[in-house]
Amino acid sequence: MSNQHIYLDNNSTTLLDSRVLESMLPFMQHQYGNPTSRHLFGRAARQALDQAREQVAEACGAHPSQVVFTSSGTEANNFAIHGMASNNENAKQIAVSAIEHPAVTRPAFALRENGYRVAVIAADHFGNTDPLSLEVALEKPTSLVSVMLANNETGVIQDIAKLAEIAKSRGALFHTDAVQALGKIPLDFSTLGVNAMTVSSHKINGPQGAGALILDKRVDIKPLLHGGGQEKGLRSGTENVAAIVGFGAACALIKDELASREKITSQLRDTLNMGLKDLGATIFGDKAMRLPNTSFFAFNEIEGETLVMALDRKGFAVASGSACSSDSTEPSHVLMAMGISPDLARGAIRVSFGTNNTTEQLNAFLTVLQSEVQRLRQLTAVAV
Amino acid sequence: MAYSDKVLDHYENPRNVGTLDKNDPHVGTGMVGAPACGDVMKLQIKVNDSGIIEDAKFKTYGCGSAIASSSLVTEWLKGKTLDQAAEIKNSAIAEELALPPVKIHCSVLAEDAIKAAVADLKSKQPA
Amino acid sequence: MTVKTPIYLDYSATTPVDPRVAEKMIPYITEHFGNPASRSHPFGWTAEQAVEEARDEVAKLVNADPREIVWTSGATESNNLAIKGAANFYSGTKGKHIITVQTEHKAVIDTVRELERQGFTATYLAPEPNGLIDLEKFKAAIQPDTVLASVMFVNNEIGVIQDITAIGNICRENNIIFHVDAAQATGKVEIDLEKLPVDLMSFSAHKTYGPKGIGALYVRRKPRIRIEAQMHGGGHERGMRSGTLATHQIVGMGEAFRIARLEMKAENLEVRRLRDRLLAGLEEIDEVYVNGDMQHRVPHNLNISFNFVEGESLIMAVKDIAVSSGSACTSASLEPSYVLRALGRSDELAHSSIRFSIGRFTTEEDVDYTIALMKSKIGKLRELSPLWEMHLDGVDLSKVEWAAH
Repeated sequence: MSNQHIYLDNNSTTLLDSRVLESMLPFMQHQYGNPTSRHLFGRAARQALDQAREQVAEACGAHPSQVVFTSSGTEANNFAIHGMASNNENAKQIAVSAIEHPAVTRPAFALRENGYRVAVIAADHFGNTDPLSLEVALEKPTSLVSVMLANNETGVIQDIAKLAEIAKSRGALFHTDAVQALGKIPLDFSTLGVNAMTVSSHKINGPQGAGALILDKRVDIKPLLHGGGQEKGLRSGTENVAAIVGFGAACALIKDELASREKITSQLRDTLNMGLKDLGATIFGDKAMRLPNTSFFAFNEIEGETLVMALDRKGFAVASGSACSSDSTEPSHVLMAMGISPDLARGAIRVSFGTNNTTEQLNAFLTVLQSEVQRLRQLTAVAV
Repeated sequence: MAYSDKVLDHYENPRNVGTLDKNDPHVGTGMVGAPACGDVMKLQIKVNDSGIIEDAKFKTYGCGSAIASSSLVTEWLKGKTLDQAAEIKNSAIAEELALPPVKIHCSVLAEDAIKAAVADLKSKQPA
Repeated sequence: MTVKTPIYLDYSATTPVDPRVAEKMIPYITEHFGNPASRSHPFGWTAEQAVEEARDEVAKLVNADPREIVWTSGATESNNLAIKGAANFYSGTKGKHIITVQTEHKAVIDTVRELERQGFTATYLAPEPNGLIDLEKFKAAIQPDTVLASVMFVNNEIGVIQDITAIGNICRENNIIFHVDAAQATGKVEIDLEKLPVDLMSFSAHKTYGPKGIGALYVRRKPRIRIEAQMHGGGHERGMRSGTLATHQIVGMGEAFRIARLEMKAENLEVRRLRDRLLAGLEEIDEVYVNGDMQHRVPHNLNISFNFVEGESLIMAVKDIAVSSGSACTSASLEPSYVLRALGRSDELAHSSIRFSIGRFTTEEDVDYTIALMKSKIGKLRELSPLWEMHLDGVDLSKVEWAAH
């Protein structure tokens, strides 16, 4: 990997902030106690966990007691889906949106083996989850609804407050995957109206290895991992102290920097979009409320995977969809749900900015993108 | 650990550790608790002819709070009459030592030990 | 004697991260960051390569094929995944009975209890007073519908080593899936999965000088063992365990296991020398009892009960050494150790037990300081103890009628 490589894939994972690393280093080296131990080493680790819990809670608009640390956003989603689905014996259906991340849809579909039905809530052409579709789904008794707060591919921000209100009126619990929202837009668990919310460290310039489920503890939830009873019995296993400390530090940065991050990344994104339109790209979800840092687009007749590889050779890291599905050549399920034609969807490319990206990088990217698009269009033209 | 300075002080420097002659008619002995429960407290008081407690000794098998509770009451007992001794309440012990809720039983045990010692002494003395 | 206090003697709760491990990890959270599942750019490729190198190292320590190693967030998750995953997969064909042992880690016991709530049945074998399993009793516990047995390699509290080969052979003969929690075993005992009749084995990094938050599960390929995934998502780890991999932690686990493979022989000799020195020193104190078998035991562990001294005051007295009064995972409660109870130890002796666990960075000075400290503090606490006084007076405490409290 060359150091000149420019990273424009911040919805996949982010560069660790050097201040976050600073906070973690002691816990990767000489501060090694097990937080459950009662001696000095253990108590120091416990205090660090307590502080991180406060920092994460504050960034999420939650109370520290509502934070359950997990090993990742995927684990938090599995915990929420598996743990809350059985809260109502008379409701054997769970409803998930058509644009969810596999970390929500797969555990939901796995529950079919336990006799659950999965209802998929439709999205509209703009990338929004359709409230009417949710209401239709809820005509069957439903224990849990899960809709993500902001989509990882399009960046479209869902109207969670409204959807949660509908679910509540039908007696269903509501979970939202807010992994892409944290650190990019303001989050307030206390007023969102949901029962549980997933967040993740490595999407906010924190380390991999830590996530959390923000949880209204009045809700019945079963643990995913059984054992030593850590996290008040909700998540057993020795806490990943260093990663959790880093997660906390990354959350603490959000408080001071959220506004400037929104400004920096939205300026880059808006400039990118102008360039994309000049090049004739289709931008998905651009009529909807979106995360400030994300642009998801396609060029007619250019394969997304081909363009991603071409850009990579020129030193730019972008994605052709979510990292977790980029093994496959299937068009994005999010775009399919939006009714985009499969041909256009196969051209989809995602650029997601981080605070460390600059206007110079963007300009360089636009120049390369223009020449690569032209080159590939000529190839396609020759082939035809 | 959530021990108060007073608990730590009594634990580090327990007052009046020791044993009085349990066969002495002026000595009352109270032994409460059980090893299986993690606490055994032995409290002894010695009264003078005017019925005033002039000495108190303890030995305790138990946690730091149990040791501190018994050490503290030996200090409080000296100079009191038996009736005054019997009025010492666990809440006062708990408050003085700032015991956390999980350690309140230590102060209860100390109160029980006082009562047992007073009862033992009274049983030895002609009514 | 100059030692830095508190002295860390709680290696079974967690080990310090070896500086060589930390050094290897740090570049992976600073320079080589990237999601290993991102196939489209070299940020992801470097991470993937590092993950596979680490997988090789983990496999090498236990003589397994790297394809048999699945990353998890730690031994607790490995145990949950192995037990629930195999029990659910095979229950349809084999049955719904599980055998485990009363002295297992909570991550095994509580997982089996959860399966009981889902309709499985379970036998929790009592160990012998020395902590080891009687093979005949194990055989007797087998039922026609026994699908899975889970027995830990090395006990976390008393350090005893079970006869995994013999138990595994019994399982093979009876067509029972055999899971072994080896969280406390790596780097301490030889593990050769080519020879060991084990189907699933759980590992932890942070008990072997690696970072917290990373572990692995060994899943045998020949004959192939199948497990149902417990965490669903992007289909990482060949579908057995989804969730973004923490590259730097995986790298740390690989390095920790590499060092363990290269150094464990010499290290265990030194650890044994120090442990024996500690034992000799502590045995000069009256009325001390070693918990667990001394022959079939890792050299790192010494679990001792100090009679007539209460456990919590003992921990308070020895705050210059960081030790545990039982499994770290249960020490928040005032319950005496369930492991020592399962050995048939009285509550009093269980309450007064201390686990000394030593390791790579323990020195002879640490040990000598500990012996001197224990002698003085045990003496002081016994002076305070009415039980000790009664013992010296020749009173048989078991015959005393204690006032109920």
